[in-house]
Amino acid sequence: MNNPQLDTDGRLRHLLSIEGLPKKILNQILDTAESFVGVAEREVKKVPLLRGKTVCNLFFENSTRTRTTFEIAAKRLSADVISLNVNTSSQSKGETILDTVDNLIAMHADMFVVRHSQSGAAHFIAKHVPNHIHVINAGDGRHSHPTQGLLDMFTIRKYKPDLHNLRVAIVGDVLHSRVARSEIHALTTLGVPEVRVIAPKTLLPAHVEKLGVHVFHDLQAGLKDVDVVMMLRLQNERMNGAMLPSPQEYFKTYGLTQEKLNLAKPDAIVLHPGPMNRGVEIDSSVADGAQSVILPQVTYGIAIRMAVMAMLAGGQGGQA
Amino acid sequence: MKIQIKNGRVIDPKNNIDRQQDMYIVAGKIVSLGAAPDGFVANQIIDASGLIVSPGLVDLSARLREPGNEYKATLESELQAAVAGGITSLACQPDTNPVLDEPGLVEMLKHRTKQLHLARVYPLGALTRQLQGKELAEMGALRDAGCVGYSQANIAITDTQVLWRAMEYAATFGFTLFLHAEEPFLAKGGVAHDGEVASRLGLKGIPSAAEALALASILRIAKETGARVHISRLSTAEGVEMIRTAKKQNGNISCDVSANQLHLTEHDIAYFDTNCHLKPPLRSQRDKDALSAGLKDGTINAICSDHTPVDNDDKLAPFAEAEIGATGLELLLALTLKWAKQEKIEITSAIARISTNAAKILGIPAGDLSVNSQADICIFDANEYWKVEPSVLTSQGKNTPFIGLEIAGKVKTTLVNGLVVYQA
Repeated sequence: MNNPQLDTDGRLRHLLSIEGLPKKILNQILDTAESFVGVAEREVKKVPLLRGKTVCNLFFENSTRTRTTFEIAAKRLSADVISLNVNTSSQSKGETILDTVDNLIAMHADMFVVRHSQSGAAHFIAKHVPNHIHVINAGDGRHSHPTQGLLDMFTIRKYKPDLHNLRVAIVGDVLHSRVARSEIHALTTLGVPEVRVIAPKTLLPAHVEKLGVHVFHDLQAGLKDVDVVMMLRLQNERMNGAMLPSPQEYFKTYGLTQEKLNLAKPDAIVLHPGPMNRGVEIDSSVADGAQSVILPQVTYGIAIRMAVMAMLAGGQGGQA
Repeated sequence: MKIQIKNGRVIDPKNNIDRQQDMYIVAGKIVSLGAAPDGFVANQIIDASGLIVSPGLVDLSARLREPGNEYKATLESELQAAVAGGITSLACQPDTNPVLDEPGLVEMLKHRTKQLHLARVYPLGALTRQLQGKELAEMGALRDAGCVGYSQANIAITDTQVLWRAMEYAATFGFTLFLHAEEPFLAKGGVAHDGEVASRLGLKGIPSAAEALALASILRIAKETGARVHISRLSTAEGVEMIRTAKKQNGNISCDVSANQLHLTEHDIAYFDTNCHLKPPLRSQRDKDALSAGLKDGTINAICSDHTPVDNDDKLAPFAEAEIGATGLELLLALTLKWAKQEKIEITSAIARISTNAAKILGIPAGDLSVNSQADICIFDANEYWKVEPSVLTSQGKNTPFIGLEIAGKVKTTLVNGLVVYQA
């Protein structure tokens, strides 16, 4: 089975998931992003790498933050950007995903940034576009959100450069989280020796240990001596029901407070993909505290997305 | 019409025949094997040198899509596919539109399929009205119209009292129920086996326990009521074990596996291949091994095609949104032979699982080559390889996980009622 993300020379053709990408390519993306961090600090925040190219943000699921950072990233690379919010309910009645994509291809889009509520949607689109068009997955169902995983790695590398000596804990709703899956694959591919997941059994997928993680159900035990704490967002609709009794009970057992964070290493950092539910999965004092790197994550997210777009559009390793 | 099939290797699992001999057919019936009857002059001679002459195959579960879904398939397209696959009798599921819960619909279906002079169609009537699992359909009237059993297709009866009554009523008249075991609450929203692959791909899983729970209810109620129950499309190792145990205490239980589950696992989904979106889901290697072992030791009586033609457009969607099903009629023989080769099973014994055994479960006069039986015959080359491609499939449904596979077992000639209905 061919890896749909790589071309016949092993170069990145689409970015669909972290899984299946070699360490070399992940590092190449991270290194390329390094060169884009500075662009934002210039007076003219633009480089001409994607001049004349059209990037199409195709969002079948609502998102403000991710869409905005992709837009900014594309604009800083001098691309023309179209953002479409395709209402999924009206879509199911009429135009199929492929109809939508085909129409945009007819308008000469060069790159698609796709978000969809179904796992596999980005793979599906990538399979049907012509060779010269690139697809970036901006989140598909529970499956993957590779640029989020990469920007998390970029952030961790900034604060903890030696990935081979880290203990990382991922806390919260792993079951429904494409972010968690991307983080797990990125961490294990980049050689982080110990990755833990901490959650109640209702929020963990079957055989999660086969992804190469250690499973903890107790937050205190799981946080002990970790270098990095990666929090996950808990969706509102999952706070009350058969998965969890209440957001209050969740916060009590799995919410990250300073007291619990103190069980980790003293210099441990805290990440969160946003948007946060303060007082549900994370206490405000931690979110805004000295160990939080949540805002730098957002900044680095733009550099990562610029790097991915530049690599896809300009062959490999576009340098600023 | 008098036909002589000469020089073929005749296999008939029911009568334990496997030898090269000629077959003589007169007016739709097999009249002799070996020596020609007195005064026999053939109108047609079929040379079966190097080929196997077997009973026409019998499929326990196919969807023909008529009435209601003619854009997916028609009776004509699918019955042509059946005979191209050597299948001369098949049971069809009642989940058409409208649902097969009215005798008039069954009569119409029987009438129309008869006129096509292709494979014989044995409808499974709806067990409950509209398949809603609440009120029994008119089982007696459906039987009189031509139904050979009753099914809920893929829809479970959640109310155990209804299931109990359905079995009691069926047991009263000796009717057979064809049930697919899947507990619907545990399976809700699931699209793949709740295992490693679904976890990795972020697909909602259907746990193996969904099959075990449903089986526990069905087998227990079957025992209490004495109903004859056939479990359709078993998918888990635990399910095989439960059937094995149940059969020791209850002679009224039988069971089949689909050719898909016999050969594929969750790993075949690879990068979201929607052709692998099936019901039941493709499960783990361990489950597949147990199904194969169960089929070998007779716990599982038969292999079905689970033929479910799907329009191409309906597969062009993200995995969970793609329609369930795969075409299968033309693959049943080759996939059965492939299994037999892997498991080192005699060809006669393998063919029994798609002819004699299936006919017995349906209670129909088919699946053997006895003298005086109806001449439904499949002549095939067990060693000829062909490549599974949309262009070579007769079925209107072109979707199957086996696309691209080179596979041995090519049907050359199919006869129904003593007439050639397919010729390669």
